[in-house]
Amino acid sequence: MRFLFKTDYEDDIRLFPHSGYVVSYGVLLAALLIAPYVLSSYLMSQLVFVCIYATVGVALLILTGFTGQASLGHAAFLAIGAYTAAYLQKYNVPFPVYFLAAGALTGLIGAMVGFPALRLQGIYLVIATISFAFIVEEILARWESVTNGNEGMRVKALSLLGVAVSRDSPTFYFLCLAVLVLTIVGTLNLLRSPTGRAFVAIRDSETAARSMGVNVALYKVKSFAISAAITGFAGVLFAHKLSFISPEMFTLQLSIEFIIVILIGGTFSLHGAVLGAIFIVMIDPFLTYLKDDMPGIIAGIAATFGAGTQSAANVHSKVAAFASLNGLKGAIYGIIIVLFVLFEPLGLYGRWLKIKLFFQLFPLYKRATFKRQKIYVKSERNR
Amino acid sequence: MSYFRAENLSLHFGGLKAVDAVSFALEKGEILSIIGPNGAGKSSIFNLISRIYQPTSGRIFFEDQDITEQPPYDIARLGIARTFQNIELFENATVLSNLLVGRHRHSTTQLWQELLFLPSVRANEKLHRRRVEQVIEFLDLEPYRDKLISGLPYGVRKVIELARALCSEPKLILLDEPSSGLNVEETDDMSFWIRDLKNELGITVLMVEHDMSLVNRVSDRVIALNYGRVLAMGSPAEVQQHPDVVAAYLGA
Repeated sequence: MRFLFKTDYEDDIRLFPHSGYVVSYGVLLAALLIAPYVLSSYLMSQLVFVCIYATVGVALLILTGFTGQASLGHAAFLAIGAYTAAYLQKYNVPFPVYFLAAGALTGLIGAMVGFPALRLQGIYLVIATISFAFIVEEILARWESVTNGNEGMRVKALSLLGVAVSRDSPTFYFLCLAVLVLTIVGTLNLLRSPTGRAFVAIRDSETAARSMGVNVALYKVKSFAISAAITGFAGVLFAHKLSFISPEMFTLQLSIEFIIVILIGGTFSLHGAVLGAIFIVMIDPFLTYLKDDMPGIIAGIAATFGAGTQSAANVHSKVAAFASLNGLKGAIYGIIIVLFVLFEPLGLYGRWLKIKLFFQLFPLYKRATFKRQKIYVKSERNR
Repeated sequence: MSYFRAENLSLHFGGLKAVDAVSFALEKGEILSIIGPNGAGKSSIFNLISRIYQPTSGRIFFEDQDITEQPPYDIARLGIARTFQNIELFENATVLSNLLVGRHRHSTTQLWQELLFLPSVRANEKLHRRRVEQVIEFLDLEPYRDKLISGLPYGVRKVIELARALCSEPKLILLDEPSSGLNVEETDDMSFWIRDLKNELGITVLMVEHDMSLVNRVSDRVIALNYGRVLAMGSPAEVQQHPDVVAAYLGA
């Protein structure tokens, strides 16, 4: 086990607490940089989606994980970013300009959503953000002169410095990776400065934050704006990756997927957003596998255990019917959320920390280390 | 002119007069305790001063400035810090970051500077951390510096509340029952610290307290409240012998 002896205030400020972090993140970065030359195009495509989802995950973490304001409206922010890009692209606005414009506009709208949200808490805030998402979805479908309604909009390949960057090219992947890395670094910077601490203070006790001089309303709006702006940036990349956008892509289900990203990853750390994004993006290939290969495998097992040809075929068709049921994805999402909330509230990253500690302390690990601490009852809370 | 002054302060919830025309004044560098039975309106007065409640009538002055209409987050900026009776710490953060939130009123950096973590932000952070370290040393909190609040015992949390208030470098500190839930030794420590606040740091203290031995040890003056009204005001001994106070506590 490594013990850190702190001799300078820098020791608490720096991003990498010790050299081990520099090595492991360096290796990770190197692996990500050579990935496009090693992995198949299908996996690369998935990796781009992981980057985009993780960016949105980080944005949602700022709002929900650190400021404590739940949102089920992030699909709408993503849509606003995507549509701004698609619309401006029609008028030959260069990529850097519409990229920034999309973020700025989404941030502005985020701040405007933040204002009414100041008076709402918990489940009411969730309902308000859901209704915001429905309003945006409806506007996208009806405002045909700008959004082309339900027919959707084509998004051309983005052009960077006069060169067209295809959505499957390594350059596009590097762009998405850069946006993700910059988002993470910016968020970490925020978290080690007064603003980030004010966010966490608001999450844990608004009254105490207020009496320490935090302008709670201002910081909540700031949090909404930052979160929305980052989601807007991700929306631009999302539009380019899909090359076609329509209102039915930005539904409540997408917002729920973003919530799952941070819930499964772990709501207390940025690692969680990335792990959650990997999880949610990889669930699609898993479902395809379930649909294509599972029936055969189960029928094969049934046959080896002495089932006749007739009954094996029967099993095959039943499993196939089950795997291609409508709404199976939603059901799986639901089960995953319930299981994580019940058994691993700290998410995948929390699980990783436990595994790490197990090996660090081996053989002295106590199972009770992560037992929930007794929370002192608060009889009279000023809200 | 006195340093801090409350004039005819009232807080009514419908027909219930939680605080009823209470007036008192604090001199600079004084320790004033408010005592009274449960529900006498002690904590309500604190919540009025820190602007969590809006007074029904009356005015509050601090350093000759009317602060009755100030927004709550400005109160800290003026130099008034407080602790809470039921501990309002940021549970899922470390002791260090809790104390750093106490420095919030001194932060001058802008959002965009923080996103890039410019040298000015770094310099500011180091300054904050130096000040926080002084408070940690003052209150002997070194062993808990990097611990999460959610894993700490009650007595330590109580001290961290005081530490967080001190980190804002207040001129006036409001202590809401600083010794509730503490054992005899911890209460002793607390009484020394409260004296030190006054003697070493020159902070004016307004305190709500039930523990009479602590009140006697530290207070310069005492106010006794009952049903939102002032019963008696004066030195600890005077107030304790006042017939109305005896009647309020023991029943007449």
